[in-house]
Order: sequence, then structure tokens, then C-alpha cells
Amino acid sequence: MICDQCDKNEAVVHLTQIENNEMTVVHLCDACAAERGLDTGNEPAGLPLTDFLAQMSADSGSVTPEPNERCGFCGLSFADFRETGRLGCPQCWSTFAQHLKGLTKRIHGDSVHHGKVYLPPDPTASERERRLNAMREQLDRAVTAEDFERAAELRDEIRSLEQGTVL
Amino acid sequence: MSLPSVPDFGLSWLDADGDFPEIVLSTRVRLARNLQGHAFGPRARVNDREAVLRSVRTVGLNVPLLRESTLLELPDLDSRTREVLLERRLVSRDLLGEGGRGPQRGTAVVLAASDPVGMMLNEEDHMRLQSLVSGLRLREAWRSVDRLDDELGRVLPYAFHHEFGFLTSCPTNVGTGLRASVLVHLPGLVLTKEISKVLHSLGQVGLTFRGLYGEGSEVIGNFFQISNQTTLGKSEEELIDHLDRIVRQVIRHEQHARQILLRDARSVTEDKIWRAYGLLRYARSLSFEELMNLLSGVRLGASLNLLPQLRVYTLNKLMIFTQSAHLAQAAGRDLSKAECDLHRASYVRRILADEGDAPSEASEGPPSETA
Repeated sequence: MICDQCDKNEAVVHLTQIENNEMTVVHLCDACAAERGLDTGNEPAGLPLTDFLAQMSADSGSVTPEPNERCGFCGLSFADFRETGRLGCPQCWSTFAQHLKGLTKRIHGDSVHHGKVYLPPDPTASERERRLNAMREQLDRAVTAEDFERAAELRDEIRSLEQGTVL
Repeated sequence: MSLPSVPDFGLSWLDADGDFPEIVLSTRVRLARNLQGHAFGPRARVNDREAVLRSVRTVGLNVPLLRESTLLELPDLDSRTREVLLERRLVSRDLLGEGGRGPQRGTAVVLAASDPVGMMLNEEDHMRLQSLVSGLRLREAWRSVDRLDDELGRVLPYAFHHEFGFLTSCPTNVGTGLRASVLVHLPGLVLTKEISKVLHSLGQVGLTFRGLYGEGSEVIGNFFQISNQTTLGKSEEELIDHLDRIVRQVIRHEQHARQILLRDARSVTEDKIWRAYGLLRYARSLSFEELMNLLSGVRLGASLNLLPQLRVYTLNKLMIFTQSAHLAQAAGRDLSKAECDLHRASYVRRILADEGDAPSEASEGPPSETA
């Protein structure tokens, strides 16, 4: 597809705009997109998201680690995270936890997970208990929603987990 | 290596057998999961990716839902087959590798034999589990992928944090790791110019929309993918139910808009639909974009019973098999853009002829009477 603006180069940016209730799609090449102040995102991580995360990190008002503070497992520095918007490994979540609490709250409106609780292959007693609590909440919701088929499944799963025989 | 020789491999989501098939093409629920002890996709080295692939191959594929599944390593596939997988929405553009470098070692796709579930390996997250079904079936898709997740979680050590939930490379996916999306066709709202209001209100209720091929893709043929924006702080069921409720509202608005078109602009609407059908039926060269726009009109006509002989399944199939890689696959060679447009038009003519040239006879009156 050829750029709508210069009519010469291959269009790489497809911009959907809504103005006065009219939706239009504009196809632009790299150069014309840059002229309009659009980032063409040649990196795999879409750059607008990166900017957004970096901006959010700056605004979050939470503890901001030193730029050169690094994850002990993968070596990702906080500056790397600010640049790419991506964490390096599971350990990064603990390394930068204080900062990430503020950031996730800004992104999701909450910083605590309320969904499914993972039960690892060889669970400890407290992991088992957390999973059971989450499943009991799920059961309550299924009953409230009158989804009795699901409620029956959950009841069986809860029972077998309580008895220590994971389904 | 090419795809297994099943004609509809990975394509049950085209079957048009869920709720509202004339408006909702498909429902997808995906879960982002990572394994402990390995760097996430963007920072992973070859040995991390290969370790993830090995764990899934040796342990993961033995779970009940994945017995007899197919695992395709992307570097083993020729580029056309990889593009076919992309066009079937079974892999993402990211998984195929950026800028012609080709996919990285360790990237793979797994497809279950009978259930509509599968996963991508070594994309941005180690595992992206997904369920892709036709029509509006959010709870069903969620239950399928939830079962797969339970089975895999019992044998693979997931990265999970008691506060943040399932850990992901990008903070926008953390928590449930769940992204549910519904692909809807909204020509009524576009033609009645109500679409921007609807899209705008999605943002206010925590949802977002994208084009046919997900993140960063443009809207073509009046297809919109509506999905949840946040993943942390709500349970999976709450996220699914919320999306389901809003999508049903959007569907009601779309149905209403279609009735208005029939009531206030019947002859114009009929004319648009028949012109679109005529072009598709007889054109000798069609670009994909033109095809999608015409198909949008014809799809609207079929769902309003103005083109009663056309099945939604046929129209779904036309969208997929007319993409460049599918046409090249059928031709058995690479095609230039011009050749592709010729092959596309020829394929569409053949399918519409097979479906029967009956629409004009079967409609309530010949086209001349509807003007």
C-alpha cells in the first residue's frame, strides 16, 4: 500500500482517526508519519506503550529505584525497564516490587491480584490454603450467578484439594 | 515442512456456530504464563527459549488436553506456512520475527487435536495459552483455556506472585494474564455513523478495540476486535462477564442500526449490497482491502436476508482463504501482488458460483424491483 501523503513510499503506519463521528484510515510511510509526530515503532515493543509506561513510572509517585539498580537474576537495570517497558524475568517483579505496585495501580486501578491462585506441582500448606480461599470465592460467585454446573465442579475440586488429593 | 493435510486445520473458529454468528465472527481468550527460572521473551537467550520448549515438549504435551496435539517449531516451517498460520490467527506477527529476520530458535505453536485450544511458545511471554472459537462464546472459551491452564500448571512451575498474580514481561498483562477479545462486524453502526460513540464508550468501561489482526492492526471491512484493557485486580470471571455484557450491548446497538437502515434507507442499502455482490461475483482482480470492504456489504446483506443463499460460514471462509499466503499456498508458488489479486478474484468467483447463483432468484424480488 502506498503512502496517502507523499504517494511514493510504502505505507507502514495505518492511522485510524475519528473526527466528527467519521472514521477515516490514513496510510502513511515512515517519513510522513514522523512528520506528523507519529512514532513508527520499528522496535518489536510498540513504542507508544513504552512511552506510556515510562511516563506512568515517572508520575506514579511511588518509590523509584536508582536507574542502575539491577535485578540479581537477569541483570535488568531499572533504566532498562524504563526504556523498554518490559521486565526481564520473574525475579524483577520482586526486585522492583515497591515501584511496580504504584505502576500497576495506575495501569489497572489495582495492584493486588484477585483472580485464580496458582497451585504449584508440589504446594506448601500456605499455597494450598490460598488456592482454597480463591476457589471458595469462585464458588460463591458461581452460586450467585446461578451457574450450578460450574459450582458443582468447583465443589468437587475444593473437596479433593482439602483432602490433599489434587484432581 | 508444511501444515498437516487437514483442510480446516486450526479453523474451527470459522464455523459460524456460536451465538450471533452474523455479527460475531469469533471469540478468543488468552492467558499469558511464564515459567520460573528463565528470562522473559525479550530478554531470553537461546538456552532459556530452548529450556521452555523442552519443558513443554517433554512434560506439557502429556497433559490430557494436549495428547495428540501438534507442535510446530516456527524455524522449521517455510515462510509461506508461517504466514498461513498468521492469517489463521494462530500465531502473532511478533512470534514470526521482526524485519525479515525470521522466527527465533525455540519459538513454536501448539494446537490441540480436538479442543479449540493451543498456545504460542516463546513470544513475549514463555507461554500464551489460547482458546479460539466461533461466534460469541466467552464463558465457553474461558473454561477451555482455564482447563488447559490447570492441567499445565500442575506439571510446569509457573512464575506466580502472591500479590501480583501471574507474572508477565509487560506490566499491562500481569495478574490474571487474561486478554479476552471478540471479533465483531459492525457495518450498521458505521453506516449510521454511530460507531464513534460506541467505540468511545468502550474506553470508559475499561475495554478497548483493535483491528482484525490484533494490536497495531488497522480496522478493515468494519471488523472490530473488542477486548478487556486491564488484567489485574478483578477475577477472570468478572473480566469475562463484564466483556460479555458490554459486547451484548454493542450487538443490540448494531441490530438496531441495521433495522434503521432497512426502515429509512432500504433502497440505498439494498443497492450497496447488490453492487458489492456483483463486484465480488464478476470482478477479475481484487485487492484484499477491496475484497474485505465488499465482503462487509455482502455479509450485511446475508444477515438481513437480502442475499438469502449465502451462508455466514462461506463468507468467513472467503476472508481467510483469500489472504496472500493462502492464495500462494493454493497456487503452490509465490505470487506477485498483481497475480495475487487475479487469483483472489478467481477464488471468490468460484466459491460464490458454488454457493449457487440463486440469490437473485431467491430474494423477495429481482434487483430491478428494489430500486
